Parts: sequence; C-alpha cells; structure tokens
Amino acid sequence: MTVTLTTSGPLPPEKGAEHTYDVTVIGAGVVGAAIARELSRYQLRTALIDAADDIGNGTSKANTAILHTGFDAVPGSLEARLVREGRDLLADYAADTGIPVERVGALLVAWDEDQLAALPLLRDKAVRNGYHASRIIDADELRAREPHLGPGALGALDVPDESIICPWTTPLAFATQAVRAGVHLHLNCRLRDVRSDAGGHTLTTSRGPLRTRYLVNAAGLYADEIDRLLGHDVFTVTPRRGQLIVFDKLARDLVGHILLPVPGPAGKGVLIAPTVFGNVLLGPTAEELDDKTATGSTAEGLHLLREKGRRIVPGLLDEEVTAVYAGLRAATGQEDYRIQEYPALRYVAVGGIRSTGLTASMAIGRHVMELLAATGLDHGEPHPLPPLTMPGLGDASPRPYLSARLIAGDPAYGTLVCHCEQVTLGEIRDALASTIPPNSLDGLRRRTRARGGRCQGFYCGAAVRALFEEARP
Amino acid sequence: MTRNAREVDVLIVGGGPAGLAAGAELAAARAGRVEILEREREAGGIPRHCHHGGFGGRLDRSAYAWASAAGSAYARKGTSGPVYARRSVAAALDAGAALRTGVTVTGWAGPRTVETSGPAGLERITARAVVLATGARERPRSARLIPGTRPPGVYTTGELQQAVHLYGQRIGTRAVVVGDEPVGHAAAATLRAAGVEIVAMVTGRPSPPFRLRSPRTPLLTGATVTGLTGRTRLSGVELRHDDGRATTLRCDTVVLTGDFVPDHELARRGGLVLDPGTRGPAYDAAYRTSRPGVFAAGNLLHAVERAGFAAGEGRAVAVPVLHRLAGTDHPAGGGRPLVVDAPLRWIAPNMTGPDGERPHGGRFVLCTAWRLPRPLLLVSQDGRELHRERQLLTAGPGRPLTLGADWVDRVDPDGAAVRITVL
Repeated sequence: MTVTLTTSGPLPPEKGAEHTYDVTVIGAGVVGAAIARELSRYQLRTALIDAADDIGNGTSKANTAILHTGFDAVPGSLEARLVREGRDLLADYAADTGIPVERVGALLVAWDEDQLAALPLLRDKAVRNGYHASRIIDADELRAREPHLGPGALGALDVPDESIICPWTTPLAFATQAVRAGVHLHLNCRLRDVRSDAGGHTLTTSRGPLRTRYLVNAAGLYADEIDRLLGHDVFTVTPRRGQLIVFDKLARDLVGHILLPVPGPAGKGVLIAPTVFGNVLLGPTAEELDDKTATGSTAEGLHLLREKGRRIVPGLLDEEVTAVYAGLRAATGQEDYRIQEYPALRYVAVGGIRSTGLTASMAIGRHVMELLAATGLDHGEPHPLPPLTMPGLGDASPRPYLSARLIAGDPAYGTLVCHCEQVTLGEIRDALASTIPPNSLDGLRRRTRARGGRCQGFYCGAAVRALFEEARP
Repeated sequence: MTRNAREVDVLIVGGGPAGLAAGAELAAARAGRVEILEREREAGGIPRHCHHGGFGGRLDRSAYAWASAAGSAYARKGTSGPVYARRSVAAALDAGAALRTGVTVTGWAGPRTVETSGPAGLERITARAVVLATGARERPRSARLIPGTRPPGVYTTGELQQAVHLYGQRIGTRAVVVGDEPVGHAAAATLRAAGVEIVAMVTGRPSPPFRLRSPRTPLLTGATVTGLTGRTRLSGVELRHDDGRATTLRCDTVVLTGDFVPDHELARRGGLVLDPGTRGPAYDAAYRTSRPGVFAAGNLLHAVERAGFAAGEGRAVAVPVLHRLAGTDHPAGGGRPLVVDAPLRWIAPNMTGPDGERPHGGRFVLCTAWRLPRPLLLVSQDGRELHRERQLLTAGPGRPLTLGADWVDRVDPDGAAVRITVL
C-alpha cells in the first residue's frame, strides 16, 4: 500500500501523461471523500484536493450528525432518492467499518393544534418517500417515552429509523479507504483558477498547477464559485449558519430520541438530539449570511437556542455546556441538490448539498460515478476495497479503556490521558500514526475525542498538546 | 472474568490535597488497607502546577483556592505548590496508605464498589468506606457561553499552568486574563513566567476588591467578555463596558480564570444526592453523603477553597470514617437541609448532622453571587430565628464568607429546612 498524502510543497509535476490525473475531486468534505472512495474502486488516477489542512473541515465537521431516513424530503426529488439510497448504504458501511451509529429514532413533537394537524400530512409525505414505518403517537405515549419533555406537548410523529452517527469518522473512513486504494490526497491546496481545453483541465492551486482529465466540483460552500470558473452561472450558495450547543454527557438521560420540530410557517425550528458520544445537542439556528467564513457563534443565537431548548426539555438548561459551535450549510435557494454533468467539459458539479449530505454521501458518490461514465470516463471494472476498521469513538462502541484484552496486550490502552472522554494514550498514538493523521489539535480531537469533553482541556490540554507536538516532525 | 475483584477498608478517590490528607490520617489511625486512587500520573492535585508560594504555611494562605500570585504578601508564608504536593504525597505514603496513580475510577458496581481502569488492567474494588475527593475545575469557554470563533489560544488557568510549568510549552505573546480573583493573579504570574505580555486583566466588578498588587497588570473593571475573534489563532477579546461602550482587546491568548465547578461526575453517576447550590454531593458536618459509607471531602464539596482547607477536611473526614469502620457511627438520616436565599449561592456543609457535629474549623462556608460589604446573616427555621451574625469583611464571588455553627444545637430535627438569608 503506497499512500500519497501531501500537505505542503508543489504538487506532482504537470508534464507527461503519468502526471495527469484521470479525475480530480475538489473538496474533501463528506461528499468529496465519498466520491473519491467510489472512484478508488476503479483503475483510475484520482486526486482529492482541499483548501483546508484536514478532510471534513468545512460543513462536514459542524452539523447535526443525523443519519436521516429521508421521510420529510421533497418527494420525487433527487435529494429524496439519494438520501433514501444513501441511508441504507451508509448504515451498512458503518456497521462494517465501526463508524458509531445509534438507531435512537426521532419524534416530531407537536406543541400546538396546527402542528398536531400537520402530523398526518408528514406521515403521508413519508409514505410518498417510500418510508412506511412512521406513525402518530398521542400525548400519553409521548410522555411515557420522553418523560423529561416540557409541558404542553400534544403528540408526535414517531420515525423509528432516524439514527445518530459520528460526523467525523464518516468522511475520515471514506478518505482513508480512498487513499489506501491509491487516491492522492492533497491538503492545504486551494483552487484559484481552472483552464479547460480539449484534453481536460489545468487547475491553478495555492500549491502549483495540477492537470486532470475529468473534474468533480464538491466544494461545498464554494461550489458556486468554482462552477463559475468553468463558465457556468447556475446557482449561488448562500451560507446558512447553524449554531449548536452540546451539553454534558450527564444530560444524556434527559433525552431518548431525536426530538425534531414540526416544520411550519415559523421555520424549521430547533432540535434536541443525543450524540453518539453520549452528549445532547441543541440546535441549529438558521441564519442566512453572506460571509462563507462566518463560523462564529453569537450571543443572540445562543440565547435563542436556550429559550427554545428550555421549552422542549427544561432540565437540559441546568446542565453544563461542553461545546458550542456553528456550521454553514450550503443553501442554494432550491429545495434539492444541484448535481449536473457537463459531458463536453468532462465536468460534474455537485452543488447545493444541504444538511442531508452526510446521509446521502455514499449514494452521491455512486451517482457521480454514473455521471462521469456518462460524460465519457472509461473506468473499467471495479475491484473490491480492502476492509477498514475505524476507531470506536462512540458511547456504545467497545472503548479500549474498558477492554482487559487490549490493555493486557498494550498498557497504553489503559493509560487515560483525556479523562472526560476516557481517551487513552494508545488511541492518541494510533491517530497520530494513522493513514490520514491530524494536522491540528482539533483534527486530533475529531479522531479521538481527546480534549473534547466537559473540561475542554483543563486537565489534559497540555498533555494532549505535548503528544501531538512530539509526533510532528 | 477479565476484571480483578478486590476488597479494601477505605478507598479514597482522588489524590489531591484532600484525598492525600485523608489517606495519611486514616493510615496513621490503622484503618486497615487504605488505598488512594489518582487518575493522573502524579498525585498532588492542583498544587502540582501552582508554582507560586503560600501553600501549607502557618497562615496557609494558598489564598482562597490555589491562588495568590508570586511576589504577593501571601507568598512569604508556606511553600510552593509542587513542594506542597510532594510533601502531601510523602506524608500519605509514610503513614502507610497505598497510593495508586494512573488509575481511573470509571463507574460504580455497587453501593461502595467501583470499577477502575489503568495500565495494569481493569479492577472492581469494594470498600467498607469510600471517600470521594475528586476536586473541582474551572469552567471552560464553552460552558461560559462566550460567543465567537473557536481559535487556538484560549486557556483556563489549569491548562495554562500545566502547559508552562509541567510541559514548558510556548503560549503566545499578548494575553488577556479574565477574572481578577487570586486565581487570575496566579494566571498572570504564570503568563509572565512564560514571557507573555499581559494586555489587561478584565473583571465585571465595579472596582477591585483589594488594592492592586502589581501595577504591571492593567485592570479593566466593569467589563464583560462578549466574544472571541480570530481564525487560525485568537486575534482579540471583545468587551462590553458598563457604560455601554464596546471595545476589542488585541491579543493572541486569553486565560479564563476562576468560575470553579465541582468534578461531580462520579458522585452523580453513583446516584448521590447533590446540593443544588454547590452542585457537589449534599453532605453534613461529618462529611456523610446521602449514601451510608460514602464520604466526601475537599473542593468537590465547595468549589473552591484553598489547598490547606481541603487538606484540613481530608484529615477531619478520618474521624467519621473510623466510626463507620468501627460500627459506632450514627445512623444516617435525621439531618435537616440548609438552604440559602439569593444573593447567597450555597452553604457548605449543607445538611445538619444527626449528632450535632460542627463543620471543619467550627464554621460554615458560604458563597455569594455578588459583592456584599459587611453583610448581616440570619439563620432561621420555620420562621424562628436561630442565629444572626455580622460579617466583618466584604464578601464577593471569589471571596467566601463563613458563619459560626453553635446554632446547630437549636435546630429542630423534625422541623423544616434551615434557611440562611442576608438581611
């Protein structure tokens, strides 16, 4: 296994056929990584490039971490189909690779008569989306299943297959498998310009030129700008900011399901959901912005979330907050994805992948592969990818600190470094030596949970930083 | 079975000042197998990385928490934190306590049975008495709900001190210290030791509670942190001043000091009743929690007091633990809860005992949400006055007040909760 992963210096030279990539995917978020993984099954020279220093470093790292059923998608839309297909693909993939997933189910809680009246319509919509397991439950059953819910809930739509998933392990698994199968990953590689000709494209990047025959634009928030570099003016990405509050693990017992709002005229509202790490998530806000870098939280946003959260699960507000973050969703003013192939250009644009992108990622990967084939890419026969096992970071995963067998084999798995999240020296060491190692403390946190707990580094921050700095050349 | 099961007489969870002192006292009293579990590689607790003086002197003014800055009046007495920590460890070992570092209690498997994980494997330890001494931590930026971006360069004092004193890490060039309690001055001293320029110390208080010891630290009063800026590195701290002005201090480092919370996870996971004020286990003057045979000591009970106070509690908890081991303890229950009215936030201990014990040092400790110049405290039960007491000093959020305890004999064991009010 030869791994090509670069983070600095010039890209492979452009001259000569052996230095031309067959396909280059711009954007190593969950969608780009899934596309790269799909491409890696074929005898192709593929590059995956990203402007950031890590995979999944944009929209993919700051979302609500839900594996959707697609019950509430727009029936007949591309999104509805890819979410439905992607959900099954990702659920199976997660089971195979150890990506933390918990099928906790969702309840769409109705707080007034209008919302209650909307539940049958939502159930019918679910059926039109091919999802038949949802049903309406009354206030008593709702209370019995969610005893910490605030007063006034009238009923709910029960969607038992909605699940929670680790949003960081998923793109990392895709990219790891892709890179191990020969995909070149170039990080810190920002696209500046594209020049297209009969033979393909020459990309000008912050790390020099890159030549490719086919191009896939999976650049998330920047997909519109790259689309324009290729001469199109089809869509505009308006960043929609979602601020989220993560509560302490001691709050986990307050919430059994993903508690979804009933969409209505007042907007989509906020949800409360458990996370696979055993925390509780409250959010997101939905703020239309111009600035694609505005990933900060605001006092107003946090206040709004707390007010809404207080009504849904009042006890939640008494718990300590572990983290606050904000992510930007790539809204395009259309209630569907914008995936478009351009055969003459040997180019596929993958735009407008909204909050369902995590769920749909693997189906988007397959779909893009079909579109590339339709644009003339000769890809040959697929070969199976070697199996992959990701570190079990989830609350329900077999964690090393609880494994007598692992500890007996290597005491580093019994040496706890991050106490709040029970992260061991062995896990940190493994992450630092992994196929796609972290380039920052945040990257290490996403791979291990180290310093991601309630103390946020009060106890372990300096020790974790020391391990990280030791491992870097 | 992959988990090794053992039994001990006393299990102490946490090897900081309180846990080590409890271990030393109990081992010296021949309490049988006394075992202290410490999850860090080195025992000693917070003092390990407090390189300022003031620990364990006659005045033991390690000054409200692990606090006072180097060069302060307090620092002339006592010793430095690391020396204090080493002495505390040596005292426990010399007395015959077993100290096991790098061992983490991961949960409960019975009323006085815990599960542990460490490099040597997994264990299940059952004790005749358990003492929880898990301490307290500063609330980080997220728990304080400070908005803005999430760049590197944001510290608590605990992380800062470890980074500088235990690991010699590079910190930054210009820092803002949030909080002007003694712990804030300790953070400032650590920053200076690391060669970091201090832009300002920021506090929401209208005026400093004591005269500035160091003119090198500009103090901004009446200011609240409203946001952090910066992307790859912190670039500024946004402030709102009491007069409505908004400013931004340019800096690459910010240290959020004080605002301690007890590390109560193990207590909560064990189903112990918590006090709503302290958020530590509810306990009486004999350090009894709601679970028979489970005791607590140190800053888990009241975040936070100075190291010497926690150690004193560690020594004091030995007496009720020995009674427990001898079967001469009072039956549980019968105590009345102590509740406080705003602006008081909590009182510790927060139960009266069944046998009229006085708290450590003969006085209760109270915490207030805002500054109170020479407050008058009233203790009452069912509208009946039990005690009133004028404080001689000004109390504030980082400066606990204390209350005499002789009135506990007048508490009606069948009456309502005892109420403490500021008149």
